Amino acid sequence: MKSLGNIRRSFAPWTDPDAKPYITFRNVTKRFGDFTAVDDLTLNIYHREFFALLGASGCGKSTLLRMLAGFERPTSGEIILDGQDIAGIPPYKRPVNMMFQSYALFPHMTVESNIGFGLRQDGMPKNEIAERVTQMLKLVKLEKFAKRKPHQLSGGQRQRVALARSLAKRPKVLLLDEPLGALDKKLREETQFELMDLQQELGLTFVVVTHDQEEAMTMADRIAVMSHGKVIQVATPAEIYEAPNSRFVADFIGDVNILDGKVSASGNGKIELAVAEGFTIRTAAGSAPPAGSAAGFAIRPEKMKVTRAAPADASVNAAQGEIWDIGYLGDMTVFYVKLDSGKVVKASMLNAQREVEDPIAYDEKVWVSFGETAGVVLKD
Amino acid sequence: MNTWSRFNIVSVVIGFSFLYLPIVLLVVFSFNESKLVTVWAGFSIKWYVSLFQNQGLMDAAWVTIRVALISATVATALGTMAALALTRYTRFRGRLLFSGMVYAPLVMPEVITGLSLLLLFVAIGFDRGFVTVTLAHITFSMCFVTVVVQSRLLSFDRSIEEAAMDLGATPVKTFLEVTLPVIAPAVLSGWMLALTLSLDDLVISSFTSGPGATTLPMKIYSQVRLGVTPEINAACTILIGFVAIGVIIASIMTKRREVQRQRDEQAAFAGR
Repeated sequence: MKSLGNIRRSFAPWTDPDAKPYITFRNVTKRFGDFTAVDDLTLNIYHREFFALLGASGCGKSTLLRMLAGFERPTSGEIILDGQDIAGIPPYKRPVNMMFQSYALFPHMTVESNIGFGLRQDGMPKNEIAERVTQMLKLVKLEKFAKRKPHQLSGGQRQRVALARSLAKRPKVLLLDEPLGALDKKLREETQFELMDLQQELGLTFVVVTHDQEEAMTMADRIAVMSHGKVIQVATPAEIYEAPNSRFVADFIGDVNILDGKVSASGNGKIELAVAEGFTIRTAAGSAPPAGSAAGFAIRPEKMKVTRAAPADASVNAAQGEIWDIGYLGDMTVFYVKLDSGKVVKASMLNAQREVEDPIAYDEKVWVSFGETAGVVLKD
Repeated sequence: MNTWSRFNIVSVVIGFSFLYLPIVLLVVFSFNESKLVTVWAGFSIKWYVSLFQNQGLMDAAWVTIRVALISATVATALGTMAALALTRYTRFRGRLLFSGMVYAPLVMPEVITGLSLLLLFVAIGFDRGFVTVTLAHITFSMCFVTVVVQSRLLSFDRSIEEAAMDLGATPVKTFLEVTLPVIAPAVLSGWMLALTLSLDDLVISSFTSGPGATTLPMKIYSQVRLGVTPEINAACTILIGFVAIGVIIASIMTKRREVQRQRDEQAAFAGR
């Protein structure tokens, strides 16, 4: 069985029509004065899912998270958590905890009392609190730092205290607002996997807000790509990358070349697209647009080949051009190829060999080629 | 550039003389043997002894301390509340007007504040005395507290309050357990400011005081009109001593905490 992105998932409740969503946003709108932060948004999140809200700043993702936490009330619409409408419930009565972007540790309390704060609010007996705090400290590997104050910790340690504090009450849902934003790159990569392990281990539902697509792709089961208060696409990372539903998503996630044209023939789940660059692309298309309609074609740089000779197989799409620029990134090399029409496309090739005989050089005449299933047809 | 040019030395001497010569003179003559305040006749502490036997001055001092403690405390509570309201509810109609109105007493001439309070107390038939002085002091020192606390609140990270609520603390508990401890230094310095303002106020006290509620500054002022005695010098020296000790302790504490904090942060980032 073929699968997008070379990943097979065993956890996919969103494909099951009988599965009941754990969190539902139904026609939720949030306005701040004249500004609409979230615009008639409907979204389902399932139990035990690691769900990411991805978008540029100001797209409404943080507002959505804050509505789930209870800091903002929706202007209209319902938010349902585990069968209960929570739109009117204040934050201190929700079974949801949040890890803040700034960590929001209480500066006047030790690590221990920071973690135990939520438990004390619930009136848990002292010995049980101590036990749970110890357990949480162990979980985030900070046993030695129990008596320290937040300002005596490094950034990574603070992040773990914040995580332990938000997990201490065993919430039904953990909300994470840019959880790794303040960490340096190496620590961020380590922490991504720690978070994923933790989520698996505790069996919780995580909703994370991020503007970092790599972070979202690595951690999340599904990603909602947002723009201007609307969800543009909700899908697994592989689907978002390999089968973007719109020009916006294709462009937002990763690198992409988009060629515009007109459908010249359509049928059998395949179309022929005469693009403005002066050649015809034969490609598979899920729901093929009718002949004569305008469409775009999106193709990722790594799915194009750059060769000196024209491809032998005539069924392969190919166009001629000239090397415009070359970027050597170590693991791969990016070729910017100027097609005869003047448009520059980006193609990347993995540097699988250390030594290459006669590599392609600047200003050389080359062919870029790609197969029938390498790209996606965009209808908008 | 650390040269002591003649110009620099002269500037420093003149500047500090301006500031401290009167005070030094006052302190020195409080230890004078003679009753004449300008003629030195040898060292003595007899004026301090007689000061503590002067019932009028002692009563006035006691009134002053009580007024200062009560008014500073009430002003701090009210001023903090005003500061919270003004920084938190930024979107209500007329906020600009309100914040302007809070600041107005800062620049209002004391004579006007005193007179208007007097007129108010007369109009509502309130007998002037301890209560009216205290109320007046609350009125004028509150805005100072508001200014101090408000400037702290502007740099306050609201997300720690949200975190507290998120973890199950009601708004009241959030304020008591998170907000107040964090802004406590600012509230305390607001309280200290209100206390000192109340201690040395003369104008407003004179307008709003009545029989049996003479404050120390009022008492000193009225005695000076009859002629300065070294007793007054002694009283002032004690006051100066208190203020100086307070300021020194406060600055040492701030400095220490800062140094400690820096050391801790360096240790944390060095990975220990």
